[in-house]
Order: sequence, then structure tokens, then C-alpha cells
Amino acid sequence: MLHIFCPHCQEYREEDEFHYRGQAHIVRPKDPEALTDEEWGSYLFFRKNPKGIHHELWYHTTGCRQFFNVTRDTVTYKIHESYKIGEQPAVKSEDDLA
Amino acid sequence: MSQNKRLDSGGRIDRKKVINFSFDGKSYKGFDGDTLASALLANGVDIIARSFKYSRPRGITGHGSEEPNGVIQLGTGASTIPNVRATQQELYAGLVANPVAGWPSVNFDLMATLGKAGAMMPPGFYYKTFMYPQKLWMTYEHFIRKAAGLGKAPTAPDPDTYDKVNHHCDVMIVGAGPAGLSAALAAAKTGARVIIADEQNEMGGSLLSTTQMINGAPASAWLKDTIEALEDYSNVNVLPRSTVMGYYDHNFLAVIERRTDHLGEISPRGARQRMHRVRAKQVILAPGAQERPLIFANNDIPGVMLASSISVYLNRYAVAPGNALVVSTANDSGYQAAIDWHKAGRKVIGIADSRAQSSGELVEEAKKLGLKIWFSHAVIEAKGSRRVYAATVAPINAEGTQVTGASQNYDCDIIATSGGWSPVVHLSCHTGSRPVWNDDIIGFLPGKTVQKQHCVGSLMGQHQLSDSLEQGLVIGAQAACEAGFGDGSNSIKVPSVDLVKTGQAQALFLVPHSKSVSRAPKQFVDMQNDVTAAGIELATREGFESIEHVKRYTALGFGTDQGKLGNINGMAVAAQSLNKTIAETGTTIFRPSYTPTTFGAIAGRDTDSLFDPIRYTAMQSWHEANGALFEDVGQWKRPWYFPKPGETMQQTLDRECLATRNSVGILDASTLGKIDIQGKDAREFLNRVYTNAWSKLAVGKCRYGLMLKEDGMIMDDGVTSCIADDHFILTTTTGGAANVLEWLELWHQTEWPELDVYMTSVTDHWSTMTISGPNSRKVLAKVCDDIDLDKDSFKFMDWRSGTVAGVKSRVFRISFTGELSYEINVQANHGLHVWEAIMEAGKEFDITPYGTETMHVLRAEKGFIIVGQDTDGSVTPQDMDMSWCIGKNKEFSFIGKRSFTRPDTARTDRKQFVGLKPKDANVILPEGAQAVRDPNESIPMTMVGHVTSSYYSAVLGHSFALAVIKDGHNRKGESVYFPLADGRTIEAEITDYVFYDAKGEKQHV
Repeated sequence: MLHIFCPHCQEYREEDEFHYRGQAHIVRPKDPEALTDEEWGSYLFFRKNPKGIHHELWYHTTGCRQFFNVTRDTVTYKIHESYKIGEQPAVKSEDDLA
Repeated sequence: MSQNKRLDSGGRIDRKKVINFSFDGKSYKGFDGDTLASALLANGVDIIARSFKYSRPRGITGHGSEEPNGVIQLGTGASTIPNVRATQQELYAGLVANPVAGWPSVNFDLMATLGKAGAMMPPGFYYKTFMYPQKLWMTYEHFIRKAAGLGKAPTAPDPDTYDKVNHHCDVMIVGAGPAGLSAALAAAKTGARVIIADEQNEMGGSLLSTTQMINGAPASAWLKDTIEALEDYSNVNVLPRSTVMGYYDHNFLAVIERRTDHLGEISPRGARQRMHRVRAKQVILAPGAQERPLIFANNDIPGVMLASSISVYLNRYAVAPGNALVVSTANDSGYQAAIDWHKAGRKVIGIADSRAQSSGELVEEAKKLGLKIWFSHAVIEAKGSRRVYAATVAPINAEGTQVTGASQNYDCDIIATSGGWSPVVHLSCHTGSRPVWNDDIIGFLPGKTVQKQHCVGSLMGQHQLSDSLEQGLVIGAQAACEAGFGDGSNSIKVPSVDLVKTGQAQALFLVPHSKSVSRAPKQFVDMQNDVTAAGIELATREGFESIEHVKRYTALGFGTDQGKLGNINGMAVAAQSLNKTIAETGTTIFRPSYTPTTFGAIAGRDTDSLFDPIRYTAMQSWHEANGALFEDVGQWKRPWYFPKPGETMQQTLDRECLATRNSVGILDASTLGKIDIQGKDAREFLNRVYTNAWSKLAVGKCRYGLMLKEDGMIMDDGVTSCIADDHFILTTTTGGAANVLEWLELWHQTEWPELDVYMTSVTDHWSTMTISGPNSRKVLAKVCDDIDLDKDSFKFMDWRSGTVAGVKSRVFRISFTGELSYEINVQANHGLHVWEAIMEAGKEFDITPYGTETMHVLRAEKGFIIVGQDTDGSVTPQDMDMSWCIGKNKEFSFIGKRSFTRPDTARTDRKQFVGLKPKDANVILPEGAQAVRDPNESIPMTMVGHVTSSYYSAVLGHSFALAVIKDGHNRKGESVYFPLADGRTIEAEITDYVFYDAKGEKQHV
């Protein structure tokens, strides 16, 4: 069971309190109508599935009800950092560096 | 029966406390301090189980959680526990135990005949033999299970309670042997919060049976002082009888404490077992090492035991489980059993040592005692059936792969074996770390980990007591320091212990036989699952090369003992057979739980009414008093229907529906999700998350809204009302409330943080009652005098604030029945009062309470959808013919809009929302039934849709249904057919989905 640091509450809390919301840093296109079906489909349905560093979106469901980002290793489950929406991760994934 | 195998003196037992117990229907006596296993051995009980596949007689081989054979059914009736290890079960007065396998009994086993035909049961036997005919599998399985005997689960509710405790600690120590105890001492001294858990009833591990001295005195003295010192620390929590069953991510551990299992079958005080859920800053693993047996022919006959177990039974329990001993060993430690056996006054026939020589201290001592030693020899076969009567000893080559000369049989009744020591790496693997083979210690060591974890003692291959004590102190101080306590250096004096000089051990696993593996008598690797060396060889010959596949094909390590004795040997046999090293074949993965865990301990108090919270509305007591039956909707209890005495369910529904259509009905709608949304951008926010337009919704007005996911599929719906220009109240489906709030927060926080909007759930703040039907205005008028109810001033889709039954209310004129309808919202705690006042006022109109079922019928007659029933996450507003609900001129591209033109959503042959009228007016289609256009098509038929809602309508006088049918909007008037599992085929006509008051006039009256 993960031990997650909430950057809003500024403390570690048990995984029970949180809800995973998938990959972080997905930005909704400003003008969806201008996108081709393929571009829109890629925004809608395609997600990374890295072995290693992954930036994730989490929700402090039974706590402060704030969303925030977590950089987690999908192999070891080690959490490298938690940071607020709008901030950039300090630990980069392979995709970030490519 | 007397305890004829009990020594006259010694042991950590209390001979003054005699304990009566029974096993397999017979009565025995033991002493306080005994385990069930030691007491059975003291009484000379050889056979305590029948093996899983071949039904061979089996006896005790070990003394702890590794025991593969001595697995019993503890107790009877509701409190019985299957698959308890006799070696871990402490004796208590009146203990009743039975074998888990053996039918009809372990001493006379019908299935033993099968064992004699053992060659017919190779690995994969069940797959290969019972495959055909498939329909008979259930019959085969019944007999296989009965014959195999996997223990019986109790059928009655458990009379005991179980609970859970959450802990945070600085240093968690697993295992209270010499290393663990030393670590605890050092960590405790720094002031760190320490928890030390050990699976045994007494702490001490190897110290409980060692003959080594500490500080010049028996080890038991140091042990006593240490435990007392630890118990005196207020910052130390000492947990005996506590198995760390799992080590999870981020240093989270689950510890099962057996609080009263040693006191009786039913707990005499408090919870029987307790799960400690520990979040530790630092973890110290000190679980020790497990002795490996050598594998040789017929090594499963009762009387073949681990060498270390012989010493434990002699020294700790004062039991000599035999008379004449032969030892077979590949290292020095096997000699200890012979030395202890000799000192207990029993006969040592000889020690077969696979090595050419050793000058270790134990070897020298054995020589001095005059014990017979055969170097370069091994026991290659045991003789006997119900008990060992001889050991076949033969010379073997230096590599341990071949018998090099003639063998000789030696009479004996007990054979002790030692193949070396395997570190107990199980817990270190639970978090995903792979153990690493080490040639020097002939075993796997814990692998790399990201946990804040330290390993110490025999787990690291250190088998010297002096090392364990010293390293324990060092690691304890270090872990405490890393948790923020002390400077990391140990200030406790290291106890003085003599080093025991040892000779080099040999890596021997499978002892050769004069016959080949496939021809020799069975050489058991995993006794609990009857996996033999020949079976593993066969598996590799059949092409199973990965150790994980070998494991699954042969069932190696699949038993309740998780292969604690068999796994490493099995891997060695597989490696040898594949011409690889153990390092190359690797190991399978150890997973929680370390030993079998009861469901009681996992469930704790979260059972029955505490399993999940139950939510009631403020009117619950009224519903109960008026005979409501309830339906679970999420966590809510909602009235389902209100039967009168003698009514069938359909009769109740007909009555409730007609009363509402013709006069007035009342529904408790408090459970509908309600979200309060405020802020100057609230209107803009609604524009973005709903399909329809909110810019012009005036204060005092309500509007139905449809919410989509970004893929264009319907996600939720509900009515939103404008309370003030910057204040709205949004309703959601009962089940979707929490999801919708999270969804709204997600979009606000991650995409549009610039919008000035705030939202919170107010579901529980309000009691909501809906009065519906042509007389509802008259009822409301009797309890409300400050709202103008005139139909032209308080119109459909308006809301007003006022006073109802003396309570401040918000009244919404909205309708889910198609009738004139008012939804009255009051502060939750006034709900019952207002409800009762309305019931009183409605008496003259025969006001009728109704539940969710009538609500469903009434709304379905009107073709109003229920999200999650008529939709399933794959339907668009267009599919549901709800294009009217989509804002055409909205500036912002609301969520889901772009997806309307995706190729998939734009298809013309999508399933579309329609009504169905069965040809037989009395037949109600089953919900979920699949539609076909041609009932005579051969299977597989072309399915064109399915029924989403289906009822009988009293007001229409016939059954009807809602459905999604391919191209349904263009096919009204056509028939579709529903072939059912029971053989019937029901024909129904596709109709419009509005069955009642098609023009929608009644809600406007």
C-alpha cells in the first residue's frame, strides 16, 4: 500500500485516502474542432504505459479534495516526488528526455 | 497412552501441567509448553497425514512454519480452522485436532491403493487424464477433492471476533532470534518506537534450543534478560505469536497476532486474532534461515526429519522421536542432531557425510563421542512404509551425482537430514525484489530493494551466533539513526560467544540413487503437493524450461506451506535437469501471505453491518413503520415498494402507479446527489460541463442537463436550478454523486483553474420529497401558504422558496413521472416532520407512498431515461434521441462535443433508444435480453440490441419495455425477437419510447 505525500496537506497519508486519475500533464486542446479525428483520438484514448518513471494524476478524495501530480516508478513503486497542478516534475521520465 | 517418547528431564515444558487433547479421535496427554506436534511425537504418533496425490502416510518432519505434512484441522464446528501447522499450534486443554487429508482415516486410507499405482500419476496427471469428456469434470473434481482433502471451511458463522490495529513505528523488526533481539535492544535504547514480532509463542528463535553459551552462561539466561529489558521499554512493542504475513510497498507490513489460539478453540477474552497494520520508517528483517532436507528415495516415510528439528524436539520439548538415528548431511550442522541424540541417551547408528572430510568443531566432537561417521556417503533410500525401519547408505562421488559402490542397509527408526540452510528471503521478495543466488552460502540472499530495509543474521547467510548478536546491535543502531534516533553507533556491549569452527559445506540437493531418478523409488521434493524429482525431470523433458512454468506444471510450492522446504531443492533439480546452474534458472517469486491467514483476521470487524456504511434518509423510521421493503442504491437504503398485507409485488406496483397517475403519490428522493456550485463563473462552468446552454437560465428557473464524457458518451444527468446569478444547485443520479463531484473538480482544477467557481456536495444537507399526480397542488396548498401555486405564476421548471409545514423550503416544480409534480427540499433534520405533515394533508386524496420500483415504471412510461440503466457508457445523446438537449450555439466546445463527429459516433447503424411492446400484453421481457431480427437464424444469431428497462404498466394495461436497437429510430412498427435461455422466443414491436401522455401536457397542468 502506497504512502503518498499530498503537496496541499503537506503530509504523508495512506493510499486509501486517494484516488488514481491516470496519466498527468494531458492538456485539453484549446480548439477541439480544429483537430483531425486522429489527433482527437490520440488525445482521447492513447496513454503512456512506461516501465519506470511515470507522471501520474492523483486526487485526495477523502482529504483536501485537491488534484496533484506524482512521479512514480511503475517497477519499484517508489514515489520520487509529489507536486501541484501547473508545476513541472523534477524527476524526468524517458519520454520527457526523448 | 503414555508419553513413551518423552525424556525424563529438560525442555522448556512444565511437567506439572498435564494437558489432555485429542487427535484423529484418540485421546492423548501432553505438557504445557508443548506444540501439538511435540505432544504427538512424545506419544509416539507417527502418521498424522495422508499425502495429497498418492495418499502416502506422512509424519512430522519439521518444527515450525515450514512443516509440509503436519497440517491439521483444528477444532470443530463454527470455530474450526483448516490447514493449521501442528508444529505451530500450542497445546491447550481439550484441544481437538483432526487430519486434513485421509479418507476415511489416516490409518486406513482407501486412496492408498492409488499410491501403489503411483507411476500412473505423473505431473499434469489431472490435465492429461480428466480432460475428456469435459462435462464429466465436475464429477471428477468432486472425487479428487474428497480424496485429496484440503481441509474443511466452517459452514456456520464464526463465533469469534477479530480486529485490526494501525501502527506507525520507527523501526519494525521481523523475527526475534539472536539478531532480531539484538537489533531491538540497540534501537530501543535510542528512544525510537520499536515493534518486534515473532511467529513463535516464545521469542528467541534458535536460542530456544541451542546448547551454545552466551557470556559464559546458557543462552536462555541472556534471552530472559533481553526480553525483560525490551518489555521494560515504553517505546517497544513486543509481539509474540505474531506472523508478519506480508511486507508491502513503502514499508507497510501486515502482522497477524494469534491472541488466543493457544487458550482454546473459542476466545476466552477479546479478539481471537488481530491484524497489526504497520507503517514503519525502517524495517529490519531477521527471519533467520530454514534448514533444507536432502532428497533421497522414500524420504517421506514417517521418521525422516530435519536434523535441526531433532535438536529442537530434544532440547526444547524433551522429546526423542525415535530410538536409533542415522544422520545424512552435507555440512557440519547435521552433526548437532547426532550429538544431541547421543547426549539424550539414544543410539546413534551413524552419520553419513557426503563430503570427503571436515575438521569442524562439531565433527571433532562427534568423533570424540565415538559416533560412527561415513565420509563420502549418503543415505540414498529409506526403508519402511508406516515408519522408517532402515536406512540404505551408499558411497557417492565427490560431486554428489553418482553412487560409487555397494550400499548397505542399517536398521534405524529415524533419519535426520541436512542439506544446508536457506535464508528465509520470502518477506524481502514481497515488494518485488528478486533474491540473488550466492555460491558461498549455497542459498539465495535478499536482492536489491527500494524499501528502507535492513537484513541481518542468518538471512544474510551468517550462521555464527556471535555474528548475529553483534550485527544485530550494529544494524539496530543504524536503522534507528536512519529513522532519526541516535548517532548510529551501538553503545551496548557485544555478548561474548565462542566462534564455532565449521568445515566447508557441500551443495548437495538430490542424493543420487543406484537407479536413475525415473527408476528409483519416489524422491520427494515438495511433500505437501507430492512433487518428486522424477516429476520435475519429466516436466523439463516435456519442454517446461522456465522455473515459473515448472512450478505451475508440477504444483511445486503451491501448497499451504508455500514450498518452504521444497522450493530450493526443486529449483536445484530443475537446474540440474536443464544443465544449468541455480543462478541461471533462478527462483520463483514469493508472495504474501507467508503462512496461511484466516479470513477472520483479514476481515477484522468489517463484517455484517460494519462491512460497508449504510446511509438512511431522515424518513427511514416512517418507511419502516409503513412496511416498506428496501433496495440498496450505492450505500443508500431506498424504499423499494410499500406492500399492503396480502398484496403481490405487482399488485403493489399497480396500486402505487395508478394512485399517482389518478390522484397523488409521494416519493422520498433525498438520496439524489446534490452539488452546490457558486462563484461568478459558475454559469460558464456549467456551459462547459453540460451539453445544453446555461447562459440564459434565470433565477428561479430549473433545467434538465446532460453530462458527457470527452468521448461523447452520456455520463450523468439531472436538473440544475439557478438560485442566484452566481449560485446553482445541481442534482445527479443517486449512484453517480461522488463521481460527478470528482469529475467537476478535475476539470476545474486541472484545465480551468482561472474560473471563479466553488463546489461542494450537499446531498446529506437536504431531505427531499416529491409529490406527484393531479392532486399534488391541492396537497401542497394545504401545508404551504407563502408560495403562489397558481399554474401561471409557478410554472413547470420553476422553483420557489417558501415555507412548507412551518419549515423553510425550496420547492421545485419538476417532474420525473410526467404528472404535475413538486419536489420539496427542507433542511435534512426536518424531513420526517414535513413528510408526516404532507401525509396528513394528503389523506383526503389517498396520498400513496411509493418507492424506487414505481418510480421506475412511471418514468419509463414517459420514456425518461435512467443513466446507468438505459445507458451504459457507450451511448451518445443522439443514440438516445436527445439532440434536443444539446446547445447548438454554445461558444465553448463543451465536454464531449468534438466526439459527435468521430467516425464511430457518427455511424448510422448505432443502437438507438426505442420503446418495445411485447405481442403478448402480459409477458414482461427480461432486462438485458438480446434482440434479433430473424428468430429462425442459426446460432450464432445476429444480435441487434437489448432491453434496458421492462415493466408492466397498470395505466396502459400491458407490458412494455425500453431498449436500444440498431437503427431503431427508423424501424418503428417492425418486430424484433428475443430468444431466451429458457427456450421461449418473445416477439415485440418497436415503438416510440414515450408510452403515456405523448404530448407531455400533464406536467404543465
